[in-house]
Amino acid sequence: MALDVLDITRLQFAVVTIYHYLFVPLSITLAAVTAGLHTAWHRTGRERYRRLTLLVGKLLLVTFAVGVVTGLVQEFQFGLGWSDFARAYGDVFGPTLAIEGMLAFFLEATFLGLWYFGWDRLPRRLHLATIWVVAVGTLISAFVILAANAFMQNPVAYTWDAERGRARLDSFLGLMTNPVNLAAFPHTIAGAAMLGGALLLAVGAWRRWVHVPTASGLGEPGEPEDGDDHEQRLAFGTLARVGAWLTLSGGALTALTGDVLGKVMTQVQPMKMAAAEALYTTTAGAPFSIFAIGRPGGGEPFFSLDVPYLLSVLAVGDPTAIVQGIDDLQAQYAAQFGPGDYAPVVWMAYWSFRAMIGIGMAAAAIAAAYLWATRRGRQLPVGNRWVRRALRLLPVLPLLPAAAGTFGWVFTETARQPWLAFGLTRTEDGISPGLTAGEALAALAAFTVVYGVIAVVWTRLVLHITRQDLDTGALSGGERDDADGHGGDGHGGDEPAADGEGAPGGRRQGDLAPSY
Amino acid sequence: MDLVTVWFALVVLCWVLFFVLEGFDFGVGALAPLLGRDDHERSAAVRTIGPFWDGNEVWLVAAVGVTFAAFPDWYAALMSGLFLPFVLVLLLLAGRGVALEFRGKHAGAAWRRRCDAWLAATSLGVVALFGALLTVLARGLALGADGEVTSAGGLGAGFARTLAPLASWEALAGAVVAVSAALLLGATFIGLRTTGPLRVRARRTAVVVAGVGAGALTVVALVTALVGSGPAVLETGAAAVLAVVALLVARRREAAAFAGTAVVVAAGVIAALTAQIADGVVLASTLDPAWSLTLASASATDSALRLISWAGVLVLPGVVAYQAFSYWVLRQRVASERVAT
Ligand code: HDD
Ligand code: HEM
Ligand code: HEM
Repeated sequence: MALDVLDITRLQFAVVTIYHYLFVPLSITLAAVTAGLHTAWHRTGRERYRRLTLLVGKLLLVTFAVGVVTGLVQEFQFGLGWSDFARAYGDVFGPTLAIEGMLAFFLEATFLGLWYFGWDRLPRRLHLATIWVVAVGTLISAFVILAANAFMQNPVAYTWDAERGRARLDSFLGLMTNPVNLAAFPHTIAGAAMLGGALLLAVGAWRRWVHVPTASGLGEPGEPEDGDDHEQRLAFGTLARVGAWLTLSGGALTALTGDVLGKVMTQVQPMKMAAAEALYTTTAGAPFSIFAIGRPGGGEPFFSLDVPYLLSVLAVGDPTAIVQGIDDLQAQYAAQFGPGDYAPVVWMAYWSFRAMIGIGMAAAAIAAAYLWATRRGRQLPVGNRWVRRALRLLPVLPLLPAAAGTFGWVFTETARQPWLAFGLTRTEDGISPGLTAGEALAALAAFTVVYGVIAVVWTRLVLHITRQDLDTGALSGGERDDADGHGGDGHGGDEPAADGEGAPGGRRQGDLAPSY
Repeated sequence: MDLVTVWFALVVLCWVLFFVLEGFDFGVGALAPLLGRDDHERSAAVRTIGPFWDGNEVWLVAAVGVTFAAFPDWYAALMSGLFLPFVLVLLLLAGRGVALEFRGKHAGAAWRRRCDAWLAATSLGVVALFGALLTVLARGLALGADGEVTSAGGLGAGFARTLAPLASWEALAGAVVAVSAALLLGATFIGLRTTGPLRVRARRTAVVVAGVGAGALTVVALVTALVGSGPAVLETGAAAVLAVVALLVARRREAAAFAGTAVVVAAGVIAALTAQIADGVVLASTLDPAWSLTLASASATDSALRLISWAGVLVLPGVVAYQAFSYWVLRQRVASERVAT
């Protein structure tokens, strides 16, 4: 097989971008949850919220770091492998990236540092405000970069300068309010809430029901525990329910917004919708295929489970509406853009679309089941063998929304093919003309290895952090401790005695205290 | 002055800010395991940059972003023409960022030791590569008529395409100079931000690096003058400033010493980025001057320039203000001496 520089570069871009997008949704959600918990502590003075704030904040910091270093790669990517694309669309993408950096990344990076290190240096309200700034910053950066992606799906607000062979940006506002962006942004944020929620649900439920604090360290439920152990278990129970609510409501919102997104998509890229449904012939009152076992090369499937009229409803909002099929669109595009193959890889579009929906909704269903089982303070029957087995699978839970998001992007980006910017530039015309297959392969290998190592280390660190006791005394980065002494004075001391619970025992020290 | 020129100046300014601000982050990262004798001291050294490094690194995002926004062709030619070196820079930066941020989040001292080793190795690697790349920028790339560096063809040529520019004495010198400059920035910064034994050791290191640097630059300046390629103004000036820096550090005037070093670094970066700007060239072609990228040929359209001008005017003053605020809030020195508890 010949090494095709185009295919390698596409794969490399996909690997690096998808990896970035595994951590970004986590950061978005963890920042918001940290801010919410910090606010809850600020308002109520309850020790439980302070300890959870520190835990989630710590998870945020290590996740954010991976998002930052992989995001930096993204910033260079458009020139590294796609220099002709960068030349043609520099007017659109350059300002977008520059403004994202000035408007969002400076905020996030600076204020996260202020929050983590500012516990005893800033007035309390101002300190609380810093973490909210971080949370808002993550949303701004997501909105702006998604506008760039939306331009590739549905180019708007530009004029084509045929003489220089490049696009000229007409209106930044128009670029930002691309209908695809307005639909994709809420959908993406809802998906992010699912991923972050699932992580917190897994951590909280694990420490609430499986690996609980006892007097002798971590153990099974039922072993003797002291007052703080009990308090910690309840705190993790709170965390689990927060996570479950996020996953469930995120799931409902992804479905709602995904429906809107699908309708926008049918308008701007009918070929993508047709491919998502493997609908070859234009049909009125088109059915939605739940799944199908097809024949190679299209044609009628062997077996297919359909919901009548549903596709017409999803795509257009009317059960009798006409949905265009791949064959007709191919003929139409060939007439419009000249001979060529304008259909994406249909099986990939079909299955990635179903995987996104199916896997994501499964996560939401699990969250719903957890909420139901623990409603109004109910205990999970951990004595039951099946419940215990199900709980052992908790660490897998966050992988579900992560997979759903990844499949969503694979669908979005591959079903846009053969276009790089839809209707304007083909993918093969965007690649760096000088790039060689050897270089592209080296980059692909190097990124895969380094990112793989980072993923392993990140996972170990997250497991380590979530296995620690909830912080009892010292605050985070504000004050450092050292190996022998126990550093840290801080807010803990000047807190109101709260509601009588969670007085730190001082038995376990050190681990969760300061860093650096 | 037209908008294109203004933006060229601003692009250079962003790169300067990145090299100065991240320069001391790199220096501190490289020095932490050397100056810190134990876990406690190493942690104190790293804590001097803990709250700031990410905010500083965003100046790289900004520099790359405004280069892309104002001069798309420059951005495209640079990234694609230096593909492998930039991939390496990015991987090293990734290793450094996670080492820095992960080190304090684990209870084990062995974990921190390993992170410190990674931090030092990757910091040094990034600085050396950036130093070498700056010399390449000053000289130019083998740009063709289409603004791309194309390989000569054949096996291995693919790698030679973007690695070859680094295989020169100038690039090596650039790497050495950059590493020394970062170490000096880092040492003066640690001196400025700590109390106790770290501060003392940082000061000693700074005196040595500045002294050796001043000496080496004087030699270079003399040789250049003798060989007859003109008076080495930059080198002479830098040598003089470094000598003053060494004196200042010795007198515990770390703030002034840090500022002096920053000026030298800034001058070096400006010199590299504006090497050929007198001819309007932002990135020279070493093949044919006609193929060089110029202010006019590389720049974005007027509408894009106006857009980022508005964004810059509205946003950047705020950025500078809150970054300064964060340095001010967290200005207290980090204690490296042990306090009995
Ligand atoms: C947890 C994640 C998750 C879940 C559960 C869903 N999605 Fe999704 N979906 C995404 C995460 C995602 C995403 C990763 O955020 C994408 C990729 C590109 C984008 O804008 O959002 C996406 C893209 C995407 C697109 C393509 C848009 C485009 O091509 O630009 C459509 C039509 C839908 N989704 C529709 C749905 C529907 C109808 C869902 C459920 C009923 C659904 N999604 C669940
Ligand atoms: C974080 C979310 C994103 C993910 C996960 C993602 C994923 C992907 C994937 C899977 C591909 C490979 C397509 C293929 O092989 O056919 C791809 C290609 C590409 N994407 Fe995205 N993408 C994301 C966001 C963006 C954004 C925001 C942009 C632009 C600003 C972008 C620009 C590109 C480009 C230039 C290519 C290469 C051409 C191609 O193969 O289609 N992507 N991306
Ligand atoms: C849908 C896709 C994307 C979203 C939602 C997104 C969002 C974010 C967010 C929230 C951050 C903050 C750090 C973090 O939370 O980990 C971040 C970091 C970053 N992203 Fe992405 N991003 C996406 C894709 C991209 C792409 C395609 C680029 C390429 C230009 C990019 C460039 C960056 C950069 C440079 C950073 C580092 C910022 C820093 O140093 O703080 N991102 N991204």
